[in-house]
Amino acid sequence: MSASILTTREKAQHLSVSDWWSRNQRKVIPYIFLAPFLISFLVFTVYPAGAAFFLSFQRVRGFISPAEGGGVVLEYKGLDNYERLLTKDKRFRTAIINGAEFAIGTVLIQMPIALGMALLMNAPHIRFKVLARLAFFAPYITSAIVVGWIFTLIFQDRYGLLNAALSMFGIEGVGWLTNKAFVMPALIILGLWTWCGYNSLFFLAGLQNVPDDLKEAARIDGASTVRVFWHITIPFLRPVFVFVVITGLIGSFSLFSQPYLLFDSGAGPGDSGLFPVMYLFFMGFENFRMGYASAIGYLLTAIILLITGLQLLLFRLWRV
Amino acid sequence: MLLKTKRVNIIGPGRVNLMFMNSVVLVGVLLTAIPFIYMITASFRQQGELYSLPVTIMPREWHGHNYVKLFGDTNFVIWYGNTIFTAGLRTALGVYFAALAGAAFAKYEFRFKRFFFFLVLATLTLPFQVLLVPLFLMMRDFGWVDTYWAVIVPGIVVAFNIFLMRQYIESVPDELMDAARIDGASEFGIFHRIILPLVRPALGVVAILTFVNTWNDFLWPLIVLHDDTKYLLSIGIATMDGPYDVEIGAIMAASFLSTLPILIVFILMQRQIIAGLTQGAIRG
Repeated sequence: MSASILTTREKAQHLSVSDWWSRNQRKVIPYIFLAPFLISFLVFTVYPAGAAFFLSFQRVRGFISPAEGGGVVLEYKGLDNYERLLTKDKRFRTAIINGAEFAIGTVLIQMPIALGMALLMNAPHIRFKVLARLAFFAPYITSAIVVGWIFTLIFQDRYGLLNAALSMFGIEGVGWLTNKAFVMPALIILGLWTWCGYNSLFFLAGLQNVPDDLKEAARIDGASTVRVFWHITIPFLRPVFVFVVITGLIGSFSLFSQPYLLFDSGAGPGDSGLFPVMYLFFMGFENFRMGYASAIGYLLTAIILLITGLQLLLFRLWRV
Repeated sequence: MLLKTKRVNIIGPGRVNLMFMNSVVLVGVLLTAIPFIYMITASFRQQGELYSLPVTIMPREWHGHNYVKLFGDTNFVIWYGNTIFTAGLRTALGVYFAALAGAAFAKYEFRFKRFFFFLVLATLTLPFQVLLVPLFLMMRDFGWVDTYWAVIVPGIVVAFNIFLMRQYIESVPDELMDAARIDGASEFGIFHRIILPLVRPALGVVAILTFVNTWNDFLWPLIVLHDDTKYLLSIGIATMDGPYDVEIGAIMAASFLSTLPILIVFILMQRQIIAGLTQGAIRG
């Protein structure tokens, strides 16, 4: 008797829950759909970002042995880490300057070539389009480590492919990875090989988005090819420029794997291949100065946000 | 017909011009291909040939001993398996979660929607490297160092993928979803039986991009994996010259074999991948 009452009650409860669910499903479900993102965002982004901020004002005083539970002993040092990085630390300055040089080299050299290649690939009656698309994307999806190893061979002094190719034109080879002055050009060449074709595919996609009838109309009105290019094509490519320039700049400051491999887990002759993220890695995971490394991380973020903001502002001003 | 001939006259370049343009494209392709070719040929060279003159792209003699050494003396096969496992799992879960979140943003109205979407965009601009130190400390506290949890879990939901999925899922017709609702389908049922099948090409693109990123990831695995048998391909290949005393030829062999599957998948699906990637950038 009592058992049957219980089951009816259970049934009623079950019914009301499923009833409520069927009525409110649509309101609740988006939060369930978003749950994995929100949880991972809180645990693996918000919390570490806060912890890094906290750490950046600390100094590691010592380590607790694993037998006693492990961990680090921290000491509050105020703005010491930041002050040191901004005023005293020459290596950090070198890393930032290298990042900037690579960024400028990348934008100034890569961008025009990538755009030129895209224009060629977009021209009518051009052959090898499929082949070119394939080839230009391949370096981008190749592991940076693999790229690094290939280029250690190519950049060799005596037996390197690049110097051998130069000597065919009567140019004497240089120590691409051993001569301080040629490290940056070598890295820019490597960057050119890796990202130029990739960027040209973005330009190509942008070019294919320019309405043909607009260009044709302008031509019928007597506009020259140069004018059509300048006043119709380029403005249509604005979002591509924004994307390519900003990702290029961010990538320049976060360069890690390729120089790390080229310089055998080091920073190259006289720190000529040292980049900000590499410096963060060396400080945090080789010297275990975790507070200092976190401060580097925050300064780097500030620099990247500043540059991105400036770029967006510049591009906003460029409205044709 | 008349219009067509006229058009060719206006924008069609002359023959000499066209030949020049074609050769420029071809030179670009060649310059891109040479390092790959060099990698492959280097892996078949005899010891020392890479450190002798004259420098050639093709080997003087083809040898297979680098491959013998790679499979015999190193943990290459283990690394390969580790990488397939972690990249596969991370891709499967990551794509599913990104599609869920994308569906929420594309197809539902709820409180704080704009705020949550702002969070997605915010994570896009925050450089991951800031989090390296505290994330590593966290992995240590979790006891996840030297486990694949550390590689798979922290980066599982990628903001960019949510962004892409949202764009694709927006194109799923609302009427179809409403019709299913009238037929009594649950929201999860709608997601699995209507949304996912309709955006399958997009899922493929997002999956490949996630897979490739995990396959090539280096900095984070380097920090959380220290045991040689746990290594992924990227760390294994990067450190191969140390403990194994192998020659550059064997490293080139490993590089070639680790790049091969990625290149094959890409060749098969290049049109979709490039379209998927570049779409966001054109729209701005």
